Amino acid sequence: MALDAATVKRIAFLARVRVPEEDLKGLAGELSNILGWVEQLSEVDTDGVEPMSSVNATILSMRTDVITDGDDLDRVLANAPEREGSFFAVPKVIE
Amino acid sequence: MSSAPADLTIAQAASALAAGDLSSVELTKASIAAMTAARNLNAFITETPELALERAAESDVRRGHGESAGPMDGIPIAVKDLFCTEGVLTTAASHILDGFVPPYESTVTANLRSAGAVMIGKTNLDEFAMGSANVTSYYGPVKNPWRAADGKDRVPGGSSGGSAAAVSARICAGATGTDTGGSIRQPGAFCGIVGMKPTYGRCSRWGVVAFSSSLDQPGPMARTVKDSAIMLTAMAGHDPKDSTSARVDTPDFAAAMTGDIRGLKVGVPAEYRIDGTPAEIDAMWHQGEKWLRDAGAECVPISLPHTKYALPTYYIVAPAEASSNLARYDGVRYGLRMPGASLDEMYANTRGAGFGSEVRRRVLIGTYVLSAGYYDAYYVKAQKLRTLIAQDFKMAFKQVDVILTPTAPSSAFVIGERLDDPIAMYLNDVFTVPASIAGLPGISVPAALDQSGLPLGLHLIARPFDEATLFRAAHALEQAANFTARPVLVSGL
Repeated sequence: MALDAATVKRIAFLARVRVPEEDLKGLAGELSNILGWVEQLSEVDTDGVEPMSSVNATILSMRTDVITDGDDLDRVLANAPEREGSFFAVPKVIE
Repeated sequence: MSSAPADLTIAQAASALAAGDLSSVELTKASIAAMTAARNLNAFITETPELALERAAESDVRRGHGESAGPMDGIPIAVKDLFCTEGVLTTAASHILDGFVPPYESTVTANLRSAGAVMIGKTNLDEFAMGSANVTSYYGPVKNPWRAADGKDRVPGGSSGGSAAAVSARICAGATGTDTGGSIRQPGAFCGIVGMKPTYGRCSRWGVVAFSSSLDQPGPMARTVKDSAIMLTAMAGHDPKDSTSARVDTPDFAAAMTGDIRGLKVGVPAEYRIDGTPAEIDAMWHQGEKWLRDAGAECVPISLPHTKYALPTYYIVAPAEASSNLARYDGVRYGLRMPGASLDEMYANTRGAGFGSEVRRRVLIGTYVLSAGYYDAYYVKAQKLRTLIAQDFKMAFKQVDVILTPTAPSSAFVIGERLDDPIAMYLNDVFTVPASIAGLPGISVPAALDQSGLPLGLHLIARPFDEATLFRAAHALEQAANFTARPVLVSGL
Protein backbone atom coordinates (compact mmCIF):
# COMPACT_ATOMS: atom_id res chain seq x y z
CA MET A 1 0.00 0.00 0.00
CA ALA A 2 1.72 3.17 -1.17
CA LEU A 3 0.56 6.41 0.39
CA ASP A 4 0.94 9.70 -1.45
CA ALA A 5 1.53 13.11 0.08
CA ALA A 6 -2.16 14.02 -0.20
CA THR A 7 -3.18 10.95 1.82
CA VAL A 8 -0.59 11.75 4.49
CA LYS A 9 -1.99 15.26 4.64
CA ARG A 10 -5.49 13.86 5.13
CA ILE A 11 -4.35 11.45 7.89
CA ALA A 12 -2.45 14.27 9.58
CA PHE A 13 -5.63 16.34 9.55
CA LEU A 14 -7.63 13.44 11.06
CA ALA A 15 -4.96 13.11 13.78
CA ARG A 16 -4.84 16.90 14.27
CA VAL A 17 -1.08 16.98 13.80
CA ARG A 18 0.33 19.85 11.78
CA VAL A 19 2.86 18.44 9.33
CA PRO A 20 4.97 20.97 7.40
CA GLU A 21 4.45 20.68 3.62
CA GLU A 22 8.11 19.81 3.09
CA ASP A 23 7.78 16.75 5.39
CA LEU A 24 4.81 15.21 3.56
CA LYS A 25 6.72 13.45 0.81
CA GLY A 26 9.30 11.93 3.13
CA LEU A 27 6.59 10.77 5.51
CA ALA A 28 4.64 9.23 2.65
CA GLY A 29 7.71 7.13 1.82
CA GLU A 30 8.28 6.06 5.44
CA LEU A 31 4.65 5.19 6.08
CA SER A 32 4.41 3.32 2.77
CA ASN A 33 7.44 1.22 3.73
CA ILE A 34 5.90 0.33 7.08
CA LEU A 35 2.52 -0.49 5.54
CA GLY A 36 4.25 -2.56 2.84
CA TRP A 37 6.05 -4.50 5.53
CA VAL A 38 2.92 -5.22 7.61
CA GLU A 39 1.21 -6.33 4.38
CA GLN A 40 2.78 -9.79 4.93
CA LEU A 41 -0.06 -10.52 7.36
CA SER A 42 -2.29 -11.08 4.33
CA GLU A 43 -0.41 -14.37 3.71
CA VAL A 44 -2.17 -15.85 6.72
CA ASP A 45 -5.63 -17.31 6.35
CA THR A 46 -7.59 -15.83 9.25
CA ASP A 47 -11.09 -16.83 8.15
CA GLY A 48 -13.11 -17.76 11.21
CA VAL A 49 -10.45 -16.52 13.65
CA GLU A 50 -11.80 -14.34 16.45
CA PRO A 51 -10.04 -10.97 16.73
CA MET A 52 -8.34 -10.46 20.09
CA SER A 53 -8.64 -7.03 21.65
CA SER A 54 -7.23 -7.98 25.04
CA VAL A 55 -5.41 -10.93 26.56
CA ASN A 56 -7.39 -10.32 29.69
CA ALA A 57 -10.20 -12.85 29.66
CA THR A 58 -11.87 -11.63 32.81
CA ILE A 59 -15.20 -9.86 32.56
CA LEU A 60 -15.05 -6.26 33.64
CA SER A 61 -16.32 -5.90 37.16
CA MET A 62 -19.24 -3.70 38.11
CA ARG A 63 -19.26 -1.01 40.74
CA THR A 64 -21.92 1.24 42.15
CA ASP A 65 -22.27 4.41 40.12
CA VAL A 66 -21.59 6.93 42.85
CA ILE A 67 -19.41 10.00 43.15
CA THR A 68 -16.14 9.02 44.82
CA ASP A 69 -14.11 12.11 44.09
CA GLY A 70 -14.50 15.75 43.20
CA ASP A 71 -14.61 19.28 44.55
CA ASP A 72 -11.00 19.64 43.61
CA LEU A 73 -11.06 22.45 41.10
CA ASP A 74 -7.60 23.81 41.75
CA ARG A 75 -5.87 20.47 41.43
CA VAL A 76 -7.80 19.69 38.24
CA LEU A 77 -6.88 23.05 36.72
CA ALA A 78 -3.35 23.25 38.11
CA ASN A 79 -1.72 22.13 34.85
CA ALA A 80 -3.93 24.11 32.47
CA PRO A 81 -1.89 26.07 29.90
CA GLU A 82 -4.66 28.69 30.02
CA ARG A 83 -7.26 29.09 32.69
CA GLU A 84 -10.12 31.52 33.08
CA GLY A 85 -11.75 31.47 36.46
CA SER A 86 -12.87 27.92 37.06
CA PHE A 87 -12.54 26.89 33.38
CA PHE A 88 -9.99 25.62 30.89
CA ALA A 89 -9.69 28.36 28.28
CA VAL A 90 -9.60 27.54 24.54
CA PRO A 91 -9.80 29.63 21.35
CA LYS A 92 -13.32 30.76 20.51
CA VAL A 93 -15.37 27.92 18.97
CA ILE A 94 -18.76 29.60 18.41
CA GLU A 95 -19.04 32.67 16.21
CA MET B 1 30.83 -3.71 54.80
CA SER B 2 32.94 -5.05 51.98
CA SER B 3 31.14 -3.25 49.14
CA ALA B 4 30.43 0.40 48.57
CA PRO B 5 26.78 1.13 49.46
CA ALA B 6 25.76 1.93 45.88
CA ASP B 7 27.16 -1.40 44.75
CA LEU B 8 24.92 -3.48 47.01
CA THR B 9 22.00 -5.45 45.62
CA ILE B 10 18.55 -4.82 47.06
CA ALA B 11 18.77 -8.04 49.09
CA GLN B 12 22.23 -7.15 50.44
CA ALA B 13 21.22 -3.58 51.26
CA ALA B 14 18.07 -4.84 53.00
CA SER B 15 20.21 -7.11 55.20
CA ALA B 16 22.65 -4.31 55.98
CA LEU B 17 19.75 -2.00 56.87
CA ALA B 18 18.15 -4.67 59.03
CA ALA B 19 21.44 -5.35 60.82
CA GLY B 20 21.95 -1.66 61.48
CA ASP B 21 25.22 -1.65 59.51
CA LEU B 22 23.88 1.04 57.24
CA SER B 23 21.14 3.65 57.34
CA SER B 24 18.81 4.49 54.49
CA VAL B 25 20.13 8.06 54.57
CA GLU B 26 23.69 6.78 54.04
CA LEU B 27 22.57 4.48 51.26
CA THR B 28 20.53 7.24 49.63
CA LYS B 29 23.40 9.73 49.86
CA ALA B 30 25.64 7.20 48.08
CA SER B 31 23.00 6.81 45.35
CA ILE B 32 22.64 10.56 44.93
CA ALA B 33 26.42 10.93 44.71
CA ALA B 34 26.55 8.21 42.04
CA MET B 35 23.68 9.87 40.16
CA THR B 36 25.52 13.19 40.20
CA ALA B 37 28.80 11.61 39.14
CA ALA B 38 27.18 9.82 36.20
CA ARG B 39 25.27 12.79 34.77
CA ASN B 40 27.08 12.34 31.47
CA LEU B 41 24.93 9.23 30.89
CA ASN B 42 21.82 11.46 30.72
CA ALA B 43 19.94 8.67 32.51
CA PHE B 44 17.74 11.04 34.52
CA ILE B 45 15.30 13.70 33.35
CA THR B 46 14.56 14.89 36.88
CA GLU B 47 16.63 14.28 40.01
CA THR B 48 14.79 14.39 43.33
CA PRO B 49 17.58 14.35 45.95
CA GLU B 50 15.78 16.40 48.62
CA LEU B 51 12.66 14.27 48.40
CA ALA B 52 14.82 11.14 48.52
CA LEU B 53 16.69 12.23 51.65
CA GLU B 54 13.40 13.14 53.32
CA ARG B 55 11.92 9.70 52.58
CA ALA B 56 15.16 7.96 53.57
CA ALA B 57 15.08 9.73 56.93
CA GLU B 58 11.46 8.62 57.39
CA SER B 59 12.53 5.05 56.61
CA ASP B 60 15.27 5.22 59.23
CA VAL B 61 12.77 6.51 61.79
CA ARG B 62 10.38 3.63 60.95
CA ARG B 63 13.17 1.13 61.33
CA GLY B 64 14.24 2.72 64.58
CA HIS B 65 10.72 2.08 65.90
CA GLY B 66 10.85 -1.51 64.71
CA GLU B 67 8.28 -0.79 62.00
CA SER B 68 10.14 -1.64 58.81
CA ALA B 69 7.80 -2.06 55.85
CA GLY B 70 9.82 -4.95 54.40
CA PRO B 71 12.82 -5.58 52.15
CA MET B 72 12.26 -2.46 49.98
CA ASP B 73 12.12 -0.14 52.99
CA GLY B 74 14.87 2.46 52.69
CA ILE B 75 16.11 1.21 49.29
CA PRO B 76 16.87 3.96 46.72
CA ILE B 77 15.20 3.36 43.37
CA ALA B 78 14.83 5.21 40.08
CA VAL B 79 11.44 5.64 38.42
CA LYS B 80 10.91 5.68 34.66
CA ASP B 81 9.50 9.08 33.77
CA LEU B 82 6.36 7.45 32.42
CA PHE B 83 4.95 6.90 35.93
CA CYS B 84 2.99 9.85 37.28
CA THR B 85 4.49 11.04 40.55
CA GLU B 86 2.56 13.46 42.71
CA GLY B 87 4.21 16.88 42.81
CA VAL B 88 7.15 15.75 40.63
CA LEU B 89 7.48 16.71 36.95
CA THR B 90 6.41 13.85 34.67
CA THR B 91 7.37 14.18 31.02
CA ALA B 92 7.14 10.80 29.21
CA ALA B 93 10.26 12.30 27.55
CA SER B 94 7.93 14.35 25.34
CA HIS B 95 7.90 18.06 24.61
CA ILE B 96 4.11 17.92 24.67
CA LEU B 97 4.06 17.26 28.43
CA ASP B 98 6.17 20.35 29.19
CA GLY B 99 5.78 21.34 32.82
CA PHE B 100 3.25 18.64 33.70
CA VAL B 101 3.22 18.04 37.46
CA PRO B 102 0.71 15.27 38.24
CA PRO B 103 -1.65 15.89 41.14
CA TYR B 104 -1.70 12.11 41.77
CA GLU B 105 0.65 9.16 42.14
CA SER B 106 0.61 6.04 39.92
CA THR B 107 -0.47 2.88 41.73
CA VAL B 108 2.86 1.12 41.15
CA THR B 109 4.96 3.98 42.54
CA ALA B 110 2.47 4.40 45.40
CA ASN B 111 2.88 0.68 46.17
CA LEU B 112 6.66 1.03 46.15
CA ARG B 113 6.41 4.07 48.37
CA SER B 114 4.21 2.17 50.83
CA ALA B 115 6.87 -0.53 50.82
CA GLY B 116 9.36 2.15 51.87
CA ALA B 117 11.31 2.52 48.62
CA VAL B 118 13.07 5.86 48.18
CA MET B 119 12.76 7.51 44.76
CA ILE B 120 15.94 9.34 43.76
CA GLY B 121 14.73 10.60 40.38
CA LYS B 122 12.81 10.10 37.16
CA THR B 123 14.65 8.33 34.36
CA ASN B 124 14.94 9.13 30.69
CA LEU B 125 13.14 7.02 28.08
CA ASP B 126 12.09 7.01 24.47
CA GLU B 127 9.32 9.57 23.90
CA PHE B 128 6.07 8.01 25.15
CA ALA B 129 8.03 4.73 25.45
CA MET B 130 8.13 4.44 21.65
CA GLY B 131 11.57 3.20 20.72
CA SER B 132 14.24 0.59 21.24
CA ALA B 133 17.33 2.74 21.74
CA ASN B 134 16.33 5.69 23.93
CA VAL B 135 17.17 8.00 21.04
CA THR B 136 13.68 9.47 20.57
CA SER B 137 13.64 11.30 23.91
CA TYR B 138 13.00 15.05 23.80
CA TYR B 139 15.63 15.20 26.55
CA GLY B 140 18.34 13.62 24.40
CA PRO B 141 19.77 10.11 24.15
CA VAL B 142 20.97 8.07 27.12
CA LYS B 143 24.45 6.56 26.99
CA ASN B 144 24.98 2.93 27.82
CA PRO B 145 27.49 2.61 30.70
CA TRP B 146 29.11 -0.24 28.73
CA ARG B 147 31.73 0.53 26.12
CA ALA B 148 33.31 -1.65 23.47
CA ALA B 149 36.94 -1.39 22.39
CA ASP B 150 36.06 1.27 19.81
CA GLY B 151 35.17 3.66 22.65
CA LYS B 152 32.01 4.88 20.90
CA ASP B 153 28.93 5.79 22.92
CA ARG B 154 26.30 3.08 22.64
CA VAL B 155 22.56 3.04 23.18
CA PRO B 156 21.20 1.54 26.41
CA GLY B 157 18.27 0.01 24.53
CA GLY B 158 14.76 1.25 25.02
CA SER B 159 12.37 2.40 25.88
CA SER B 160 13.37 2.06 29.57
CA GLY B 161 16.95 3.10 28.71
CA GLY B 162 17.50 5.53 31.58
CA SER B 163 16.33 3.00 34.16
CA ALA B 164 18.59 0.30 32.67
CA ALA B 165 21.60 2.65 32.55
CA ALA B 166 21.03 3.81 36.15
CA VAL B 167 20.90 0.26 37.50
CA SER B 168 23.82 -0.90 35.35
CA ALA B 169 25.97 2.08 36.41
CA ARG B 170 25.35 1.26 40.11
CA ILE B 171 23.45 4.50 40.69
CA CYS B 172 20.73 2.45 42.35
CA ALA B 173 19.97 -1.25 42.74
CA GLY B 174 16.50 -1.15 41.24
CA ALA B 175 14.32 0.90 38.91
CA THR B 176 10.85 0.72 37.47
CA GLY B 177 10.37 0.17 33.77
CA THR B 178 7.45 -0.42 31.47
CA ASP B 179 7.36 -2.97 28.69
CA THR B 180 5.01 -2.79 25.71
CA GLY B 181 6.99 -4.84 23.18
CA GLY B 182 10.31 -5.37 24.94
CA SER B 183 11.00 -2.02 26.62
CA ILE B 184 12.21 -3.60 29.88
CA ARG B 185 13.81 -6.77 28.59
CA GLN B 186 15.81 -5.40 25.62
CA PRO B 187 17.44 -2.53 27.59
CA GLY B 188 18.06 -5.07 30.36
CA ALA B 189 20.03 -7.17 27.89
CA PHE B 190 21.88 -4.18 26.39
CA CYS B 191 22.97 -2.92 29.83
CA GLY B 192 23.84 -6.30 31.40
CA ILE B 193 21.08 -6.29 34.02
CA VAL B 194 17.90 -8.28 34.72
CA GLY B 195 14.75 -6.88 33.10
CA MET B 196 11.41 -8.45 33.90
CA LYS B 197 8.01 -7.96 32.29
CA PRO B 198 5.18 -9.42 34.40
CA THR B 199 2.01 -10.97 33.02
CA TYR B 200 -0.34 -8.35 31.57
CA GLY B 201 -2.57 -7.36 34.49
CA ARG B 202 -0.10 -8.24 37.25
CA CYS B 203 0.89 -4.61 37.86
CA SER B 204 -1.59 -1.77 37.67
CA ARG B 205 -1.32 0.59 34.73
CA TRP B 206 -3.14 3.36 36.61
CA GLY B 207 -1.11 6.56 36.50
CA VAL B 208 1.30 5.19 33.89
CA VAL B 209 1.26 7.41 30.80
CA ALA B 210 -0.53 5.17 28.29
CA PHE B 211 1.09 4.04 25.05
CA SER B 212 -0.66 0.83 23.99
CA SER B 213 -3.16 -0.06 26.66
CA SER B 214 -3.64 -3.74 25.77
CA LEU B 215 0.14 -4.33 25.90
CA ASP B 216 1.68 -1.89 28.44
CA GLN B 217 2.92 -3.49 31.63
CA PRO B 218 5.14 -2.07 34.40
CA GLY B 219 7.94 -4.22 35.75
CA PRO B 220 11.18 -4.23 37.75
CA MET B 221 14.75 -3.68 36.55
CA ALA B 222 17.55 -4.78 38.87
CA ARG B 223 20.94 -6.46 38.85
CA THR B 224 19.84 -9.85 40.16
CA VAL B 225 16.87 -12.14 39.66
CA LYS B 226 16.19 -12.13 43.39
CA ASP B 227 16.09 -8.33 43.49
CA SER B 228 13.63 -8.34 40.59
CA ALA B 229 11.46 -10.78 42.52
CA ILE B 230 11.60 -8.64 45.68
CA MET B 231 10.73 -5.53 43.72
CA LEU B 232 7.86 -7.12 41.80
CA THR B 233 6.28 -8.30 45.05
CA ALA B 234 6.21 -4.66 46.16
CA MET B 235 4.91 -3.32 42.82
CA ALA B 236 2.15 -5.81 42.01
CA GLY B 237 -1.40 -6.31 43.22
CA HIS B 238 -4.99 -5.88 42.13
CA ASP B 239 -6.05 -2.29 41.62
CA PRO B 240 -9.72 -1.34 41.22
CA LYS B 241 -8.59 1.81 39.38
CA ASP B 242 -7.29 -0.28 36.44
CA SER B 243 -10.09 -2.37 34.91
CA THR B 244 -7.53 -4.75 33.36
CA SER B 245 -5.72 -5.30 36.66
CA ALA B 246 -5.96 -8.99 37.51
CA ARG B 247 -7.65 -10.26 40.64
CA VAL B 248 -4.80 -12.52 41.64
CA ASP B 249 -2.79 -12.74 44.83
CA THR B 250 0.78 -11.49 44.89
CA PRO B 251 3.01 -14.26 46.19
CA ASP B 252 6.40 -13.66 47.80
CA PHE B 253 8.23 -14.18 44.50
CA ALA B 254 11.69 -14.28 46.09
CA ALA B 255 10.61 -17.09 48.41
CA ALA B 256 9.50 -19.11 45.37
CA MET B 257 13.07 -19.21 44.10
CA THR B 258 13.96 -22.60 45.48
CA GLY B 259 17.04 -23.07 43.32
CA ASP B 260 15.66 -26.41 42.15
CA ILE B 261 14.67 -26.74 38.49
CA ARG B 262 14.97 -30.51 38.21
CA GLY B 263 12.32 -31.85 35.87
CA LEU B 264 11.44 -28.39 34.52
CA LYS B 265 10.52 -28.55 30.84
CA VAL B 266 12.12 -25.87 28.71
CA GLY B 267 10.88 -25.20 25.18
CA VAL B 268 13.29 -24.03 22.51
CA PRO B 269 11.31 -22.53 19.61
CA ALA B 270 12.62 -23.31 16.13
CA GLU B 271 11.13 -20.13 14.65
CA TYR B 272 13.37 -17.91 16.79
CA ARG B 273 16.39 -19.03 14.77
CA ILE B 274 16.33 -16.22 12.26
CA ASP B 275 18.71 -15.43 9.44
CA GLY B 276 21.30 -12.85 10.23
CA THR B 277 21.47 -13.48 13.98
CA PRO B 278 25.15 -13.25 14.99
CA ALA B 279 26.78 -16.64 15.63
CA GLU B 280 27.73 -15.64 19.17
CA ILE B 281 24.08 -15.02 20.05
CA ASP B 282 23.20 -18.45 18.70
CA ALA B 283 26.08 -19.93 20.72
CA MET B 284 24.86 -18.19 23.89
CA TRP B 285 21.39 -19.62 23.28
CA HIS B 286 22.84 -23.16 23.01
CA GLN B 287 24.89 -22.48 26.14
CA GLY B 288 21.70 -21.44 27.93
CA GLU B 289 20.08 -24.77 27.02
CA LYS B 290 23.12 -26.59 28.36
CA TRP B 291 23.08 -24.60 31.63
CA LEU B 292 19.45 -25.46 32.22
CA ARG B 293 20.00 -29.15 31.32
CA ASP B 294 22.99 -29.31 33.68
CA ALA B 295 20.72 -27.97 36.43
CA GLY B 296 18.30 -30.82 35.82
CA ALA B 297 15.84 -29.32 33.34
CA GLU B 298 14.76 -31.00 30.15
CA CYS B 299 15.03 -28.99 26.92
CA VAL B 300 12.64 -29.84 24.10
CA PRO B 301 12.25 -28.34 20.64
CA ILE B 302 8.92 -26.58 20.16
CA SER B 303 7.20 -24.73 17.34
CA LEU B 304 5.54 -21.30 17.51
CA PRO B 305 4.46 -21.13 13.87
CA HIS B 306 3.19 -17.54 13.75
CA THR B 307 6.32 -15.98 15.26
CA LYS B 308 7.31 -14.11 12.09
CA TYR B 309 4.00 -12.27 12.09
CA ALA B 310 4.34 -10.97 15.65
CA LEU B 311 6.33 -7.86 14.76
CA PRO B 312 4.07 -6.64 11.92
CA THR B 313 1.03 -7.43 14.11
CA TYR B 314 2.54 -5.34 16.89
CA TYR B 315 3.21 -2.45 14.52
CA ILE B 316 -0.49 -2.26 13.71
CA VAL B 317 -1.93 -2.85 17.18
CA ALA B 318 0.47 -0.62 19.14
CA PRO B 319 0.28 2.45 16.86
CA ALA B 320 -3.52 2.08 16.63
CA GLU B 321 -3.84 2.13 20.41
CA ALA B 322 -1.22 4.88 20.66
CA SER B 323 -3.03 7.15 18.20
CA SER B 324 -6.14 6.76 20.31
CA ASN B 325 -4.36 7.23 23.67
CA LEU B 326 -2.37 10.23 22.50
CA ALA B 327 -5.53 12.03 21.36
CA ARG B 328 -5.68 13.46 24.89
CA TYR B 329 -2.69 15.74 24.25
CA ASP B 330 -4.65 18.67 22.92
CA GLY B 331 -3.06 21.66 24.63
CA VAL B 332 -6.13 22.24 26.79
CA ARG B 333 -5.65 20.53 30.14
CA TYR B 334 -1.91 20.14 30.62
CA GLY B 335 1.44 20.46 28.92
CA LEU B 336 2.40 22.39 25.84
CA ARG B 337 0.05 24.73 23.98
CA MET B 338 0.88 26.41 20.68
CA PRO B 339 -1.40 29.24 19.63
CA GLY B 340 -3.81 28.88 16.71
CA ALA B 341 -6.60 30.97 15.21
CA SER B 342 -9.21 28.28 15.79
CA LEU B 343 -9.53 25.40 18.23
CA ASP B 344 -8.65 22.90 15.48
CA GLU B 345 -5.61 24.92 14.51
CA MET B 346 -4.49 25.15 18.13
CA TYR B 347 -4.78 21.34 18.45
CA ALA B 348 -2.82 20.72 15.25
CA ASN B 349 -0.12 23.29 16.03
CA THR B 350 0.31 21.96 19.57
CA ARG B 351 0.52 18.35 18.45
CA GLY B 352 2.71 19.20 15.45
CA ALA B 353 5.23 20.95 17.70
CA GLY B 354 4.87 18.65 20.71
CA PHE B 355 5.36 15.20 19.18
CA GLY B 356 8.77 14.02 17.98
CA SER B 357 9.24 12.25 14.67
CA GLU B 358 8.80 8.64 15.88
CA VAL B 359 5.68 9.47 17.87
CA ARG B 360 4.29 11.42 14.91
CA ARG B 361 4.99 8.46 12.62
CA ARG B 362 3.14 6.05 14.92
CA VAL B 363 0.20 8.39 15.49
CA LEU B 364 -0.20 8.73 11.72
CA ILE B 365 0.10 4.96 11.11
CA GLY B 366 -2.39 4.32 13.90
CA THR B 367 -4.83 6.90 12.57
CA TYR B 368 -4.57 5.36 9.11
CA VAL B 369 -5.15 1.73 10.16
CA LEU B 370 -8.15 2.78 12.23
CA SER B 371 -9.65 4.99 9.53
CA ALA B 372 -12.79 4.14 7.57
CA GLY B 373 -12.07 1.65 4.81
CA TYR B 374 -8.82 0.34 6.34
CA TYR B 375 -9.98 -0.77 9.78
CA ASP B 376 -10.80 -4.36 8.75
CA ALA B 377 -7.84 -4.78 6.41
CA TYR B 378 -5.27 -3.71 8.99
CA TYR B 379 -6.56 -3.47 12.53
CA VAL B 380 -8.98 -6.40 12.62
CA LYS B 381 -6.52 -8.51 10.61
CA ALA B 382 -3.82 -7.79 13.22
CA GLN B 383 -6.20 -8.66 16.05
CA LYS B 384 -6.85 -12.01 14.38
CA LEU B 385 -3.12 -12.65 14.08
CA ARG B 386 -2.89 -11.78 17.75
CA THR B 387 -5.30 -14.65 18.49
CA LEU B 388 -3.15 -17.06 16.46
CA ILE B 389 0.09 -15.93 18.14
CA ALA B 390 -1.47 -16.34 21.60
CA GLN B 391 -2.74 -19.80 20.60
CA ASP B 392 0.77 -20.84 19.55
CA PHE B 393 1.97 -20.14 23.09
CA LYS B 394 -1.04 -21.84 24.65
CA MET B 395 -0.28 -25.01 22.69
CA ALA B 396 3.42 -24.84 23.57
CA PHE B 397 2.68 -24.45 27.27
CA LYS B 398 0.77 -27.74 27.23
CA GLN B 399 4.15 -29.30 26.61
CA VAL B 400 6.66 -27.09 28.44
CA ASP B 401 6.91 -24.90 31.56
CA VAL B 402 9.11 -22.12 30.20
CA ILE B 403 10.46 -21.04 26.82
CA LEU B 404 14.11 -20.05 26.27
CA THR B 405 15.19 -17.57 23.57
CA PRO B 406 17.79 -14.83 23.16
CA THR B 407 16.54 -11.41 24.33
CA ALA B 408 17.67 -9.35 21.34
CA PRO B 409 19.23 -10.05 17.94
CA SER B 410 22.31 -7.90 18.66
CA SER B 411 24.23 -6.24 21.46
CA ALA B 412 24.04 -2.48 22.07
CA PHE B 413 24.71 -0.50 18.91
CA VAL B 414 26.32 2.91 18.46
CA ILE B 415 24.14 5.99 19.12
CA GLY B 416 22.94 7.30 15.77
CA GLU B 417 22.81 3.94 13.98
CA ARG B 418 19.54 2.58 12.55
CA LEU B 419 17.88 5.99 12.73
CA ASP B 420 17.01 6.32 9.06
CA ASP B 421 15.23 2.97 8.83
CA PRO B 422 12.30 2.55 11.25
CA ILE B 423 11.88 -1.15 10.41
CA ALA B 424 15.55 -1.92 11.21
CA MET B 425 14.95 -0.31 14.61
CA TYR B 426 11.71 -2.28 15.12
CA LEU B 427 13.62 -5.57 14.56
CA ASN B 428 15.34 -5.07 17.94
CA ASP B 429 12.18 -6.42 19.56
CA VAL B 430 11.75 -9.47 17.34
CA PHE B 431 12.27 -11.91 20.27
CA THR B 432 10.35 -9.95 22.91
CA VAL B 433 7.25 -8.82 21.02
CA PRO B 434 5.54 -12.24 20.67
CA ALA B 435 5.25 -12.71 24.46
CA SER B 436 3.93 -9.14 24.77
CA ILE B 437 1.23 -9.84 22.20
CA ALA B 438 0.17 -12.89 24.21
CA GLY B 439 0.40 -11.00 27.54
CA LEU B 440 2.93 -13.46 28.96
CA PRO B 441 5.60 -12.81 31.60
CA GLY B 442 9.19 -12.66 30.36
CA ILE B 443 12.60 -11.97 31.82
CA SER B 444 16.01 -11.14 30.42
CA VAL B 445 19.04 -12.42 32.33
CA PRO B 446 22.58 -11.23 31.53
CA ALA B 447 24.33 -14.29 30.14
CA ALA B 448 27.57 -13.41 28.36
CA LEU B 449 29.72 -10.75 26.76
CA ASP B 450 30.08 -10.66 23.01
CA GLN B 451 33.44 -10.37 21.25
CA SER B 452 33.43 -6.61 21.61
CA GLY B 453 32.84 -6.87 25.36
CA LEU B 454 29.16 -5.91 25.38
CA PRO B 455 26.52 -7.80 27.37
CA LEU B 456 24.03 -10.25 25.86
CA GLY B 457 20.86 -11.51 27.51
CA LEU B 458 18.90 -14.75 27.57
CA HIS B 459 15.13 -14.50 27.63
CA LEU B 460 12.65 -16.77 29.37
CA ILE B 461 8.87 -16.74 28.87
CA ALA B 462 6.34 -18.46 31.15
CA ARG B 463 2.63 -19.15 31.42
CA PRO B 464 0.29 -16.31 32.44
CA PHE B 465 0.67 -15.49 36.16
CA ASP B 466 3.39 -18.11 36.60
CA GLU B 467 6.10 -15.58 37.45
CA ALA B 468 7.18 -17.90 40.28
CA THR B 469 8.39 -20.51 37.76
CA LEU B 470 9.87 -17.77 35.58
CA PHE B 471 11.97 -16.44 38.48
CA ARG B 472 12.98 -19.97 39.51
CA ALA B 473 14.26 -20.78 36.01
CA ALA B 474 15.88 -17.35 35.60
CA HIS B 475 17.68 -17.82 38.89
CA ALA B 476 19.13 -21.11 37.63
CA LEU B 477 20.36 -19.38 34.46
CA GLU B 478 21.85 -16.58 36.53
CA GLN B 479 23.71 -19.04 38.77
CA ALA B 480 25.12 -20.90 35.78
CA ALA B 481 26.02 -17.79 33.77
CA ASN B 482 27.78 -16.24 36.76
CA PHE B 483 27.81 -12.88 35.02
CA THR B 484 30.23 -10.75 37.05
CA ALA B 485 31.42 -8.32 34.38
CA ARG B 486 30.91 -4.64 35.05
CA PRO B 487 30.44 -1.71 32.75
CA VAL B 488 33.52 0.33 31.89
CA LEU B 489 32.17 3.48 33.49
CA VAL B 490 31.98 1.65 36.81
CA SER B 491 35.10 -0.45 36.72
CA GLY B 492 37.05 2.64 35.64
CA LEU B 493 39.05 0.83 33.00
